Amino acid sequence: MAKQASIEQDGTIIEALSNAMFRVELENGHILTAHISGKMRMHYIRILPGDKVKLEMSPYDLTKGRITFRYK
Amino acid sequence: MSEMGKIIYKTEEEIELIRKSSLLVGKTLAEVAKIIKPGVTSLDLDKVAEEFIRDNGAIPGFLGMYDFPNTLCTSANEAVVHGIPNNIPLKDGDIISVDCGVLMNGFYGDVAYTFEVGEVKPEIKKLLDVTKECLRRAIEQAIVGNRIGDIGYAVQNYAEENGYGVVRELVGHGLGRDLHEEPQVPNYGRRGNGLQLKEGMVIAIEPMINLGKRNVKEHEDGSTIVTVDGLASAHFEHDVAIRKGKAEILSTHEFVEEVLRNKN
Repeated sequence: MAKQASIEQDGTIIEALSNAMFRVELENGHILTAHISGKMRMHYIRILPGDKVKLEMSPYDLTKGRITFRYK
Repeated sequence: MSEMGKIIYKTEEEIELIRKSSLLVGKTLAEVAKIIKPGVTSLDLDKVAEEFIRDNGAIPGFLGMYDFPNTLCTSANEAVVHGIPNNIPLKDGDIISVDCGVLMNGFYGDVAYTFEVGEVKPEIKKLLDVTKECLRRAIEQAIVGNRIGDIGYAVQNYAEENGYGVVRELVGHGLGRDLHEEPQVPNYGRRGNGLQLKEGMVIAIEPMINLGKRNVKEHEDGSTIVTVDGLASAHFEHDVAIRKGKAEILSTHEFVEEVLRNKN
């Protein structure tokens, strides 16, 4: 059974939107909206514009992502 | 690309158990090969496969996995993978990818073969031949010192040389106590790129090659992946261990091909 490829990429937060959503710019210049993973919310990891983050995307919808890690 | 999980390297004993599971999948697919013909439905195939697996003291590996409802993934014509068995009779000229997994002694085996139903058009036959050759070339690259990108490159290069599309949204994978382990094994890539292959890795290599463009989408059923342009797609899969520095194919298509030879 073939595995669904999950695409992981790094990006930079441009803007905080409402509801823990962020606008993120990928290293390749692509801009998308992303929500923060439940685990990060649980540990109350603050994310600010300018932060570098790791994102997970589905190959079917490259306009949305999930932030899984904040680099520091 | 960073790795999300850890790669689990296998001992000799574990590799032998994966081989046993893979061989059972090969035999199961041979049972499917015996009955496949126009008029048969994919649900018929599924039933035969499930019975055969249980008769051999194993458990269907896909049943319930990611909520998949059956033993086989049956993906006909424009369906690439993850097709759900249904009661639509197969027609002369169809192709159908039958992907099967078993769990036995705690280890998975996972093998796929794309069957011809009746007489298939020459252009489709060529697609199947090229996809099989992609798999062969990919396995050749699965040696210590090479990288994941070498495997992907081998598939992509040969498929695209023939004017076909390489599916990117789905990938091969590590295999062992879990059906899907790290690493991901894409069917595209650049030579010398990606994770280094090491002794004791067991991976499922499974090129998915489209007659037309590479783009795919999810069908309304929420499981089946189909080509966007509606053209046919082929899929072959082997389980490969990296052992003594070389690629050792643990699974086999030999049982299937023997049945197919005797049929004709």
